[in-house]
Amino acid sequence: MRIGDAKQSYEADEAILTSSTQKIWFALFLFALLLFPFMADAYLLYLGCLVGIAVISTTGLNILTGFTGLISLGQAGFMGVGGYTVAWLSANTGLPFPVTLLLAGLLAAAVGILVGLPSLRVKGLYLAIATLAASVFLHFIFAEWESVTGGMGGLSLEPAHLFGLTFQSDFGMYFIIVPLAVLMVLAAKNVFRTRIGRAFIAIRDRDISAEILGINLLHYKLMSFALSSFYAGVAGGLFAYFFRVVTPESFPLSMSIFYLAAVIVGGMGNLLGGILGAAFMTLIPEALKLLTAALTPFYPNAPIFMSPMLEIIFGALIVGFLIFEPHGLAEIWHRIRRFFSLWPFKN
Amino acid sequence: MDWLFFGEISLAGLAMGGLYALIGLGFVIIYKATRVINFAIGEIMMFAAYLFLAFAGGMEMSPWVALPLAVLGGSLLGGVIEKIMIRPMLGESSISVVMVTIGIASILVGVVEMIWGADPQLLPSFLPRKPVFIGEMYLAPKIAYGFLIGAALLIVYLLYFRFSRGGVALRATASDQAAAYSMGINVRRVFNLAWVFGSLAASLAGVLVAATGGLSPQFGAIGLSVLVVVIVGGLDSIVGALIAGVFIGWLETVAGAYLGGEYRMPATFAVLAVILVFRPYGLFGTHEIERV
Repeated sequence: MRIGDAKQSYEADEAILTSSTQKIWFALFLFALLLFPFMADAYLLYLGCLVGIAVISTTGLNILTGFTGLISLGQAGFMGVGGYTVAWLSANTGLPFPVTLLLAGLLAAAVGILVGLPSLRVKGLYLAIATLAASVFLHFIFAEWESVTGGMGGLSLEPAHLFGLTFQSDFGMYFIIVPLAVLMVLAAKNVFRTRIGRAFIAIRDRDISAEILGINLLHYKLMSFALSSFYAGVAGGLFAYFFRVVTPESFPLSMSIFYLAAVIVGGMGNLLGGILGAAFMTLIPEALKLLTAALTPFYPNAPIFMSPMLEIIFGALIVGFLIFEPHGLAEIWHRIRRFFSLWPFKN
Repeated sequence: MDWLFFGEISLAGLAMGGLYALIGLGFVIIYKATRVINFAIGEIMMFAAYLFLAFAGGMEMSPWVALPLAVLGGSLLGGVIEKIMIRPMLGESSISVVMVTIGIASILVGVVEMIWGADPQLLPSFLPRKPVFIGEMYLAPKIAYGFLIGAALLIVYLLYFRFSRGGVALRATASDQAAAYSMGINVRRVFNLAWVFGSLAASLAGVLVAATGGLSPQFGAIGLSVLVVVIVGGLDSIVGALIAGVFIGWLETVAGAYLGGEYRMPATFAVLAVILVFRPYGLFGTHEIERV
C-alpha cells in the first residue's frame, strides 16, 4: 500500500491512472510509441507492427479465457474470419480500411457467438474441444470454399486506404495498428469497470454462484465470446493488411496455442499481462534468430537447431510459467513496481 | 456401389480404429486416475516411435527387441513427465494443467526434431508381409498385424484392471480419491502408475501406427483424432474409448476414401460437435453434478 494514497471519491478510486506518477509515465509511454517509427529501422518497425497485432488478439483472448474463464482454442480461426473478410471486401468492394476492419470484427463476433452457443451446456475442457472443432471447420471452409476464399492459394489484397491515402509500408501500417491497439486495450480496460466486466469475472470465479447472483449466464458468456472474437477479427484484418495475403495456413492451430501461451505467460486475467505476454512471445523467436546469427560463425550447425530450439523454448516457457510463476509476467512487473514504491522502507 | 471396396476400406478403418481405441484407453486411464487431460499423448506416441527407429534402425537391433524397449522408453517418459511437471500442478485449475501438457507436447516435438531431424522417416518393417484376406477382402498386412498386437495389449489391460491389485487400486482411486487414500492406497503412486500405463498403451500404438504410415515430428497431430475419440466416448469411460475408437477410426478412413483426404478431420469433428450438443459428457461418460 502506498503512503498518502487515500481516495476521497469512488471516481478517484476507480480511475485507471490513480497517481500523478502513473499519469506521467503513461504520457511518456504514449509519446515513445509516437516517436518510435521515426527512430526505428525497418526491422524494428516490422516487429512493432507484429507486436501491435499480437496485443490486440491477446487482449481479446484474455477477455474470454483470463476474465471469463472460458478456454478457447479457436482464436486463430476467428482471426482467419477477420482476415478473409478484409481480403474479400478490399478485393470486391474497395471500402476504406476502418469500414473493412469493423466489418471483419463484426463477422468474427457473429461466428464467435455461434461457436459460443454450446458454452451453456458444456464448459471447461469440453468447451475447449468445441472451439477446437470450430477451428477445424473454419480451416476447412477457408481451404475449400474456393469462390470466396481462393482455396489453398488464398487471397492477396491491396494496401489499406482511406481518403485517397494508401498505407503501403510498415511505417504507414504502424500508424493504423498501434493506435488501434492502444484504443482497444483501453476499451477492454473500461469494460472491466462496468457491470458487464464484473459479470465476466464472477462467471470465471464460479459460474453457478454468478447465476444465483442474477447474472444471465448464456447472455454474458456469449457476450464474452462476441467481444473476444471481435478483437480477434480486427487483429486478423490487420494481419491481412500487414502481410497483404491470407491463406488457410496463415491461421493454423498452433497460432491459437501461441495466443493462449501469450495470455498465460503474461498473466491470465490481467490486461497488462496480455500486453507483456504478447510482446514477449512475439519477440522470443526474433531474439533466438539474433542469437543464432551470432553463433553461426562459431557453430556452423546453429541454424539447423533454431526451429527445434524454438519449440523447446516455447514449451518450456509455458510449463515454467505455469509451475513457477502462475500469475505471469504481470506479477513480476508488479513486484518490481512494489520494490521501487516501497524502497527504502521495505526490502 | 462397390461393396467389396467398401468392405476393404471399412476393414482397414476398423483396424485403424482398434489402434485408436488403444490410444484412447491410454488417455482414459490417465484421465480417470488423475483428472488430467493429456494433450501430449500424440507426442508421447511419437517419441516412442522415434525410439523404435533409433533401436531398430540406428542400432540395428532385432525389431522384436526394439519394440519392447521403445514401449518401455515411452512409458518411462510418461512417468517422468508426471513426476516433474504434472505433480507440481496438483490442485491447479484444469486450464493450467492442460496448458502444461500442451507445453510438454511442444518440448517433445523440439527434442525429437533436434535429435532425429525434421524430415519424414520410414520405420524398418518388422511385421509379416504376406497379404491378409478375410473372405475376399484384402487387408494390408501391416494394419492387420498392428491391430492384432494392439488388441492383445488391450485385452491384457482389461484383465489387469479387473483382477490385479494395482488395477483395483487404480479403479478405487478413480472412483473416490479420499476413500482410496484412507484405505491405505498410495494415491501418489497410483497417479504415477496411471501415467506409466497410459503412456505404455500410447507408445505401443505409436510404434504400430508409425509402422503403417511413416513418422515425422508432425506425427503428434494424431492426438487430435484421439481427442475426438475420448470426447465422443466419454472422458472417463474405458468402454466408451473402445467403441468410439473403432467408430472414429472407421469413419475417418471411409470419409478419406470416399470424399477425399481433406474431409477426414471435418467428418470426425462433425460427429464430435453433434455429440457435444446432444450428449455433452460423451456416449458413456459420467455426467458430473456440480454444487456450489
